[in-house]
Amino acid sequence: MTAASQSKQHTTSTDALTFTFDGRALVGRHGDTVASALLANGVFTIGRSFKYHRPRGFWSAGAEEPNGLFDIRHQGRHHPNARGTLVPLEAGMEVRSVNTSPSAAQDRLSLLDRLGRFLPAGFYYKTFLWPDWHLYEPRIRAMAGLGRLDPAFEPPGNSPQRSLHCDLLIIGAGPAGLAAAHAAATAGRRVLLVELQRQAGGSLLHRPARIEGLDGTDWVAATLNKLSDQGGELLTSTTAYGIYDHNLVCLWEQRQGRPDRLWRVRPREIVLATGASERPLVFENNDRPGILSADAGLHYLRRHGVRLGERVVIATNNDSVWPVATGLRDAGARVTIADSRAQASLPAPEGVELLTSAPVTSVQGRKRAEAVIVKGRSLAADLVLVSGGFTPNVHLYCQARGRLHYDEERLAFRPGQAVPGLQVVGAANGTFLLADALKEGHRSAGSKEDVPRAEAALEQFSIEAAWPDTKLAGRQWIDFQNDVTLKDVALAAQENFRSVEHLKRYTTLGMATDQGKTSNMNGLAAMAAVTGRTIPEVGTTTFRPPYVPVPFTVIAGRRRGELFSPVRRLVLENAHRQAGAAFREYGSWLRPAFYGVGTPEEAIHREARQARQSVGLFDGSPLGKIEVMGPQAAALLDFNSYNRLSTLKPGRIRYGFMLTESGVVYDDGVVLRVSEDHFIVSCSSGHVPGVVMRLEEWRQDRFDPSQVVVHNSTAQWSTLTATGPQARSLVAALDLGVDLGDDALPHMAFAQGRFRQWPVRVARVSFTGDRSYELSLPAAGALTLWQRMLVEGQKREATLLGSEALMILRAEKGYIVAGKDTDGYTMPMDLGLSGPREKRQDEYVGKRALFTPEATKPNRPALVGLEVEGSEPLPTGAHAIERSGTGQRSLGFVTSSYWSPMLGRPIALALVEAGRARLQQEIEIYHLGQQRRARVVAPCAFDPEGARLNA
Amino acid sequence: MQRFPCPFCGLRDETEFHYGGEAGNDRPEPAAEVSDQGWAEYLHIETNPKGRSREIWVHMTCGEFFLLERDTVTHEVFASESLRRAAP
Ligand SMILES: [Zn+2]
Repeated sequence: MTAASQSKQHTTSTDALTFTFDGRALVGRHGDTVASALLANGVFTIGRSFKYHRPRGFWSAGAEEPNGLFDIRHQGRHHPNARGTLVPLEAGMEVRSVNTSPSAAQDRLSLLDRLGRFLPAGFYYKTFLWPDWHLYEPRIRAMAGLGRLDPAFEPPGNSPQRSLHCDLLIIGAGPAGLAAAHAAATAGRRVLLVELQRQAGGSLLHRPARIEGLDGTDWVAATLNKLSDQGGELLTSTTAYGIYDHNLVCLWEQRQGRPDRLWRVRPREIVLATGASERPLVFENNDRPGILSADAGLHYLRRHGVRLGERVVIATNNDSVWPVATGLRDAGARVTIADSRAQASLPAPEGVELLTSAPVTSVQGRKRAEAVIVKGRSLAADLVLVSGGFTPNVHLYCQARGRLHYDEERLAFRPGQAVPGLQVVGAANGTFLLADALKEGHRSAGSKEDVPRAEAALEQFSIEAAWPDTKLAGRQWIDFQNDVTLKDVALAAQENFRSVEHLKRYTTLGMATDQGKTSNMNGLAAMAAVTGRTIPEVGTTTFRPPYVPVPFTVIAGRRRGELFSPVRRLVLENAHRQAGAAFREYGSWLRPAFYGVGTPEEAIHREARQARQSVGLFDGSPLGKIEVMGPQAAALLDFNSYNRLSTLKPGRIRYGFMLTESGVVYDDGVVLRVSEDHFIVSCSSGHVPGVVMRLEEWRQDRFDPSQVVVHNSTAQWSTLTATGPQARSLVAALDLGVDLGDDALPHMAFAQGRFRQWPVRVARVSFTGDRSYELSLPAAGALTLWQRMLVEGQKREATLLGSEALMILRAEKGYIVAGKDTDGYTMPMDLGLSGPREKRQDEYVGKRALFTPEATKPNRPALVGLEVEGSEPLPTGAHAIERSGTGQRSLGFVTSSYWSPMLGRPIALALVEAGRARLQQEIEIYHLGQQRRARVVAPCAFDPEGARLNA
Repeated sequence: MQRFPCPFCGLRDETEFHYGGEAGNDRPEPAAEVSDQGWAEYLHIETNPKGRSREIWVHMTCGEFFLLERDTVTHEVFASESLRRAAP
């Protein structure tokens, strides 16, 4: 018989599930978790510890599990740090141990364990400080750590996300939670009950009890039936991992054969019946495989039919292990209870040996417990079950701002003052006895009916402190997952890291993926003992979500890949693709960067040159088209803008800035006046939402909202631009019904025309310095017009113009891009526009800020152009510097820099301190150790007379 | 995730809202009569109350700016109020 003897079902079942562990084929059965299946196969060493690579085995059967982490692949899914105690076994699963090489059973780095006394807490930081921790970090990190992320991994499907409202959310379907759910559903409330194990029932599934005359498991089944009849819902394998503001509870539902699911629940009220976690006792080698929580020992025996050992020693300081002892005795094991108390409060069960004043002081055996030392005597044991008492699972209560108080009698932090809308019942409240837990659960639902009557195998619970003893010899583990020993805690105290928050960060106690569910209490009790304080004086650390690690795929749902940050797409995207466009993201828009063959540089330069020589066709649809209408439209725009707009005539266009209240240039763009009370704000593409919002803000704050409205029609209209010497001839050929003569339609004017059934706004504005026409029409007509423009363009040697070439054309002219050629400090005067500041008497956004000492100092930066020798453009971001006796300082930086194909030389724009006073001077440019010289010139490098606007 | 009551749309998730500043930070003007100090206070000085506060928020999806009274510690929301005045 193997050490882990199996029940009849385990060996004869027809629903066998094959899976692999570290490449070895094993058989589990339906209903198993990964943990129960491994244990049933006698696998006790399941991984290596984080720091010392010590062999480790399962401690628990639940969410608190510190050791049982696995890399699990199945049906295209990959979970690199899965908690084996909560993962339902599925046929074909590939389970691998983590932090082992090559396997859990044979691990090359286990010699690290023998160096353990040289590796105390803080060792790495102190030892590898010189010359630089980062030199050592990669190799140290490679030795430590848990599961490995696979960068190439793509989940086979998106995790669905559901939202739900209910009257009552009950978290935990043990006896207290079931009693609450049943009572609430009977009272007609909409109930959702969630359970992180794959089966509802909690301790009733493995601890013997009778409720209402029924066997415990039958009562669970009957109660679930009634709950379902009453319309209550149950989710199993579902972990409530966080309570957030305004009663939002997030649930992670693990599903078999389908992607896991995220639930966002907004209950009116919450009942927490989250149970309690059994604490380890702290003795030498208390981390060896084959040492488990006593309750877990009974759990695996009763729920999964796995008896974990034949010769069992149960180490305890409390009464809860009595049913564990009798359960294992009934399953044929030889059982000894080693009770640390001088007097046990219950008599020895028949056939079980009871030792008193008998704390376990050490365990022998490396990959599996072989014997325990009790009172200096060695006792053979292939299984050591441990109960150091229970720590209520109060995480969610604390996340909801609950405050704990320490209960000296139960040796546990329990919920203190009530949190509105939230009740804590059962073991989570420190109520460890069945009858009391049922009563609490039942009453939490406000039921007036009788409390279910219960008899349990355990009718009393008393406990006596057996906290870590620093006087004991040997290495005693506090935190299994982060490999923190009792000595580390003592060292932290010695080095004065005594606050519980410092203890945590110095030793990493409780900072692993189990968040110290089994270790925090022992850690702070040890700190209390070392520093001569009480446990409540030491206190607990903060509880933060998530309760267990939740896969990112579950939280992300469909917000991954393309939907992680969706791009905005042009109506003409397909047409551009057919024309060979290379797309890039500009702000949130996906736009053609350049078209056609050759290197990007060749294509961009070809487009820039040809647009100047014949005509360029550009899709400018993302340009802002914000309509401002009503009797107060002009007044709103005057206030919003640096330049006055109420003086603009209908049919005309004006360029200008919008400032922030700090006087900084927020955006530049043009405004069209359609009629007396109708304007169109054509701000830059990236600023459309922001401009809409600031117009709305001032509209509602300062004006009569019934007298002016703001409407963003950017997405409803497309804007197609023709620019260059052949632009007029091309637009004329489109038959838009607009007089294109320069008298009728001069630069900075617009006219309304028609193209087929669509209205077209024909605007003469130029971002290239060449004669340009922006044609704006309803998006539905964009493709037809674009195709016509391409046909007419072919006759004129037109080029398609991507955003990159346009950037060169505008930089040749010294035209800025707000946010690129300006920073969070640039005022309009710095860009050479000081007229409104000097002339305007009325109020406008940012006005007062233009008159502060900072705004009026003489050496403010100014936008200038830079000329350099040679053919290499300056790096964007390079600094202009000034040297003095003591060193060098920055005078500003290059904001835009390109090769100009028309000029045959590099061009650059820069913001330079007192730049206009430096015109024609040479300055030094510094970038990453390289120095060059540049001449300060006017921003406009091409056609400074502006003749081409009307050419 | 908090939920705020838009006076026009009702209870909505906080991701739909944007903070607009403390209520009662009136814009000092005309500019010629405002000191450097006064302007700096308008721009930068917040009372940053711990506890009950009155703030301006905007519901991005409908575009309305409104007054929100809430507790900055507990995140309890007391009331929201339209800033609309009756048309003169
Ligand atoms: Zn709204």
